[in-house]
Amino acid sequence: MKSLLQYDKGLVRQMYEGMLRIRIFEETQSRVFRAGEQEGFTHLSIGQEAIPTGVCLNLNRNDFISSTHRGHHHMIAKGGDLKKMMAELYGRKTGQCMGRSGSMHIADISIGMLGANGIVGDSNPLAVGAAYSSKLRKSNQVAVSFFGDGASNQGTFNESLNMAASWDLPVVFVIENNMMSCGVRTADVCKALMFLGDRAAGYGMPGFNIDGNDVVEVYDTVKEAVARARRGEGPSLLNCMTTRLHPHFEGDKDMRTKDEIKEQTRRDAIANFEARMVKARLIDENEMKSTRQRIQALVDEAVDFARNSPRVGPEDAMKFVYAE
Amino acid sequence: MARIMYREAIRQAMIEEMRKDNNLFLIGYDVGRYGGEFQLSQGMYDMFGEERVRDAPISEQGIIGCAVGAALTGCRAIADIPFSDFMAMCMDQVVQQAAKFYYMFAGQANVPIVIMTGLGAFIQGGPQHSQSVEVWFTNTPGLKTVVPSTPRDAKGLMKTAIQDPNPVIFLGHKALYALKDEVPEEDYSIPFGKADVKHPGNDVTVITYSLMVHKALSVAAELEKEGVSVEVLDLRSLVPLDKQSIIQSVEKTGRAVIVHEAPTNGGFGGEIAAVIADEAFKALKAPIKRVGAKWAPIPFPSALENELLPSEADIEAAIRSLVSSGATVD
Repeated sequence: MKSLLQYDKGLVRQMYEGMLRIRIFEETQSRVFRAGEQEGFTHLSIGQEAIPTGVCLNLNRNDFISSTHRGHHHMIAKGGDLKKMMAELYGRKTGQCMGRSGSMHIADISIGMLGANGIVGDSNPLAVGAAYSSKLRKSNQVAVSFFGDGASNQGTFNESLNMAASWDLPVVFVIENNMMSCGVRTADVCKALMFLGDRAAGYGMPGFNIDGNDVVEVYDTVKEAVARARRGEGPSLLNCMTTRLHPHFEGDKDMRTKDEIKEQTRRDAIANFEARMVKARLIDENEMKSTRQRIQALVDEAVDFARNSPRVGPEDAMKFVYAE
Repeated sequence: MARIMYREAIRQAMIEEMRKDNNLFLIGYDVGRYGGEFQLSQGMYDMFGEERVRDAPISEQGIIGCAVGAALTGCRAIADIPFSDFMAMCMDQVVQQAAKFYYMFAGQANVPIVIMTGLGAFIQGGPQHSQSVEVWFTNTPGLKTVVPSTPRDAKGLMKTAIQDPNPVIFLGHKALYALKDEVPEEDYSIPFGKADVKHPGNDVTVITYSLMVHKALSVAAELEKEGVSVEVLDLRSLVPLDKQSIIQSVEKTGRAVIVHEAPTNGGFGGEIAAVIADEAFKALKAPIKRVGAKWAPIPFPSALENELLPSEADIEAAIRSLVSSGATVD
């Protein structure tokens, strides 16, 4: 594990605050959702913060990301506006999608976030298309596809990786491997689970199996992958092992065993990063406390904004079926 | 006017539009070097190069998904799926992705793609290569679906399809690709949602589309000799549907026969019949008739195709059943 002192202090802070922003937003979301303040479903990313944080610190605003049904952390890491996000989750007109898409389809095309997608595996062909577009327009944009270990067993994984490799498309395929496919332990249905990155070789691209809860390792690996993509050398596949701390959707059965919970706690991305920062004397207890408070205040502000925003109404139902 | 093949009409539309926009590309297996499995893109690989006329692997989900992702991010795409039966391989990309993004994202981005595919039988292709699948798409808001029957309509509708900012399912017909007919030489397009009276008449309205238009016209010509005046209304566009023209015609004739190649049961004819029954009920002098395929997969031998698929005789029988004495309601 590299010392944090090898990195720019500002970058280290961005890594920390990036993960915290996600964690605090999601924990707040969990509270308000379970209190019945929102309709529909929500799929929280608590425990998976390090991956999109490490990835998006390598991306420009106009680079693309595609996402999954569990997409809040992707949106936040890509720079999504927290107020508009919370309003979207609350079904308010001030949300990015005017309150109609909610948790599972939250999107902000203006920052390259191509939408949380309710269909497991569909982030992959979408990112391939965005990368194809970038190449055709010679815009040097990169596309990152976020998906889970579950999605890596969809046919779209096969088709997308083959196409991307065949045409040297500027796309980085990032598996958020939390070892759960809804309520199923993926290990029971996927022999290659712990080394999914090795599938890359079969498609003709570089592949990696890394600790997805080490934001620095994610950052470093993605940095190279993005550079490769921008140089025209094609796609990469990253299998990032991580931990999903809440059930598949909020309110679902918690399938974890006591041992699994213990292991997840041991691997907590944020607690571990805090320990590293403290060890490198880059932060102290007071600063960590005040940082959390500051971020919590921002999230609370977002909740207030959402609560006070106008709800969607029947007059909105038929809008945007077709573009003119 | 020039006399060109239906496939050439489609090809011309694609070339004209691709010349105007460097970010418009065609993708599909065999579109490039091979020139298209039905020769729809002959010569285009040499004209536009491999990035804009992209030979894909046999990966329908990937092909449509790539088109959708590119369309969301500054490009436009035409995806070629040669046999419409194969659309089953990529229905998720069409129905769950392409059709939904503009709505789900409240207008943040649209999906300007054309999925160009070939309906139908009469090529002895067998059960997995011969279906008329229009109803797979006509019940999904967010999509538009067009079904040209002639070279002129094919070119005009393809132009509109490419220019449309929404996902369009362009349903050609495999047995019509070699049909030669007149096409205007000047730049033109045909709007969606406008049916076309291919043969005017007063006694019965035959509402139809795609290859069946030609069978209906052939029957109309025969019956004219007997003094039965048949109006053949070619829908051209299923979504949006030209309800006005349907109602106008039925109000004139009072009798409706709906003909499509897809099986009668559960086919688009049911939708048309319901529209007529709802909005032109008082004009009806007789029940609404539907002529479609019988309820079986379509095997390759032409003897079986001819047995299962609607024929001129079937269309004629349906018309006669409505105009013979005792059939009408006064």
